Amino acid sequence: MGELRLMKGNEAIAEAAIRAGCDGYFGYPITPQSEVMEYLMAEKPFERTGMVVLQAESETASINMLYGGAGTGKMVLTSSSSPGISLMQEGISYLAGAELPAVIVNIVRGGPGLGTIQPSQADYFQAVKGGGHGDYHSLVYAPASVQEMCDHVKLAFDKAFEYRTPVMILSDGAIGQMMEKVVLFDQVPRRTDEEIIKQCPWASNGRPKTRNHNIITSLDLDPAGQERVNLKLQAKYREMEKNEVMYEEIMCEDADYLFVAFGLSARICQKSTDLARAKGIKVGLFRPITLFPFPAIQVSNVGNRVKGILVVEMNAGQMIEDVKLSVGCKVKIEHFGRFGGIIPSPDEVVKALEQKIIGG
Amino acid sequence: MAKIIGDIAINNERCKGCEVCIAACPFTVIAMSKEVNSKGYHFAIKVNGECTGCTNCAIVCPDGVITVYRAKVATV
Amino acid sequence: MEEQFAKTEIRKPENIVYKKTDLMVDRPLSYCPGCGHGTAHRMLMEVLEEMDIADKTIGVSPVGCSVLAYDFLNIDMLGAAHGRAPALATAIKRLWPNHFVFTYQGDGDLAAIGTAETIHACNRGENITIIFINNGIYGMTGGQMAPTTLPGMRSSTSPYGRDVATMGHPLKITELISHLPGVYYVTRQAVHTPNHVRKTKKAIRKALELQKENKGLCFIEIVSNCNSGWKMTPVQSNKWMEENMFPFYQLGDIKVDGKLIELPKTS
Ligand SMILES: Cc1ncc(C[n+]2csc(CCOP(=O)(O)OP(=O)(O)O)c2C)c(N)n1
Ligand code: SF4
Ligand code: SF4
Ligand code: SF4
Ligand SMILES: [Mg+2]
Repeated sequence: MGELRLMKGNEAIAEAAIRAGCDGYFGYPITPQSEVMEYLMAEKPFERTGMVVLQAESETASINMLYGGAGTGKMVLTSSSSPGISLMQEGISYLAGAELPAVIVNIVRGGPGLGTIQPSQADYFQAVKGGGHGDYHSLVYAPASVQEMCDHVKLAFDKAFEYRTPVMILSDGAIGQMMEKVVLFDQVPRRTDEEIIKQCPWASNGRPKTRNHNIITSLDLDPAGQERVNLKLQAKYREMEKNEVMYEEIMCEDADYLFVAFGLSARICQKSTDLARAKGIKVGLFRPITLFPFPAIQVSNVGNRVKGILVVEMNAGQMIEDVKLSVGCKVKIEHFGRFGGIIPSPDEVVKALEQKIIGG
Repeated sequence: MAKIIGDIAINNERCKGCEVCIAACPFTVIAMSKEVNSKGYHFAIKVNGECTGCTNCAIVCPDGVITVYRAKVATV
Repeated sequence: MEEQFAKTEIRKPENIVYKKTDLMVDRPLSYCPGCGHGTAHRMLMEVLEEMDIADKTIGVSPVGCSVLAYDFLNIDMLGAAHGRAPALATAIKRLWPNHFVFTYQGDGDLAAIGTAETIHACNRGENITIIFINNGIYGMTGGQMAPTTLPGMRSSTSPYGRDVATMGHPLKITELISHLPGVYYVTRQAVHTPNHVRKTKKAIRKALELQKENKGLCFIEIVSNCNSGWKMTPVQSNKWMEENMFPFYQLGDIKVDGKLIELPKTS
């Protein structure tokens, strides 16, 4: 059993990174996630494990520091919130194009623009559909608890290296700030340089006389070559769709109706499920845990057994597009959302179910 | 008696005919060919035997196409 | 074809006094005839070879004409996004503190889009070496105005010459960063004549020796030609550079051992 602690979501991210054997964190302060770097600086992982922590001059610099570190085979992390993540899109695109492993945490706040510092899920499209330029995806995890904030960090690093891809943890200001009990996994030792060189033969970390030089780049000026790069990326995404889908079904077996929600919205929907069932409405909850790859088949299987689906998101209707694409048009699918930093109440959600799906 | 003699070998095919080496040679050893290489560039050629192997031309050649030799040879 | 004036008797490996280093990949460079990028690449590689540190060196190439530097330098390299090389190098050096890390960047890359990354890497005193190729123009994209373009100088986006009233003044970023305490050694060199090349090589050697001692950031500007962008022959461009670029971008050391050097005043 790991160590039990009461922690904020943002702190759990930081502690999990240290314990996962992360080599470097690079970030820039922004509410509501500044606790990640604050925790790291106070915790001094440079003394605990040798992990580097650096406050960069901007998110643009942070993400490019990740690119530099990742290109040498090191395990690197950054965290930010929506406006900062927008600034990182160039770098994430380059990470995807150069096939580099890196973990990016987005503690989403309301937008657009400077928006608000309150929690939101309005960055779903940006996270899931690519975000930057070019045809790429990041693997995206959507934790719904402080425990998952911790666990997803380790998982994200594993998958980042397995697929050589940027991985995003898409959370929000509420989960980042809330305190919950968390069971921390045991310290994984940081890899030695020799282990990194062995694990990442593609990385640019100094060419020994025994091999050709390694080049980290996303550039291929030859269209045929660039198409090959793209095909390789697409093949990787199909592999992820086959192997990496994660989701949770809550009270779906006997459900007449279904909530589909991720992250914080899923927590609210879980309460709404209880409230609705107390009223005699048999509703279940489907919670995608990976947003890319999206649990399309799984949500379709459950979705096509019910009379109607309410997709609940703290945005104006983003994931609903993927739900509709997955489930098809035989089932009524509606969206309920609050935005701009407002968290819907469980009652509101039940009312929306009654009005938009059952009564509508 | 011994004296120092030099020589250069130019990789004609890699020469881009920029003429930077010409200005660098203290003994006007180098000039441009009339013919062109397969890339269509006039290339550097030697036009006399005065080379001392000072390496100036080779050091300044952006494409690094010049190899320089120098040796002490006995004279009669 | 029989080569005229060949002294075949001395063409033996033991008599070679200069040949292209094996740390340059044996392939044609993508640069225009006479472009200084090639010479700058080769000097850097010669220094790595002489110090025998190629296996412990990680380079970062920019976006610009030298975007393909990683194809020519036979060492491990990373290609950065436009202007971001110092951010990459910062992380690389922090994560591999015993390796030698350099960036190689053009003036648009380093002094326009990458200004923030440049200044902050300098200010943090990262133990890296920055090689800055200042040709006063955006070579790669077809000769547009750069932050370093001289007043009155024509480019494809200043076709009537740079008008400082509307287009701003040329940025002496090298002088600017030389004032930062994190920066230990700053020099401005050139690679168009044998003597200049030799001095540049010495400067690179010095910078990498200082990197070994963790002295802070070392910054080498190389004022170079862009004959394509300037629309001249290579030889003309070198002359134009001496007459126009050097008076504004004066060659020589700017900061040595962490101390600023007084530059002689130009007339
Ligand atoms: C974000 C971004 N903006 C613009 C470009 C287009 N671009 C490529 S190279 C370049 C200028 C390079 O000039 P410089 O750094 O001076 O290098 P040079 O080619 O002169 O050596 C520009 C603007 C780009 N690749 N990426
Ligand atoms: S080595 Fe010196 S003397 Fe010989 S050709 Fe070159 S520049 Fe001239
Ligand atoms: S400097 Fe080099 S490339 Fe240019 S003309 Fe001379 S040999 Fe040819
Ligand atoms: S465009 Fe200018 S900088 Fe680029 S290779 Fe040609 S001469 Fe060199
Ligand atoms: Mg330039």
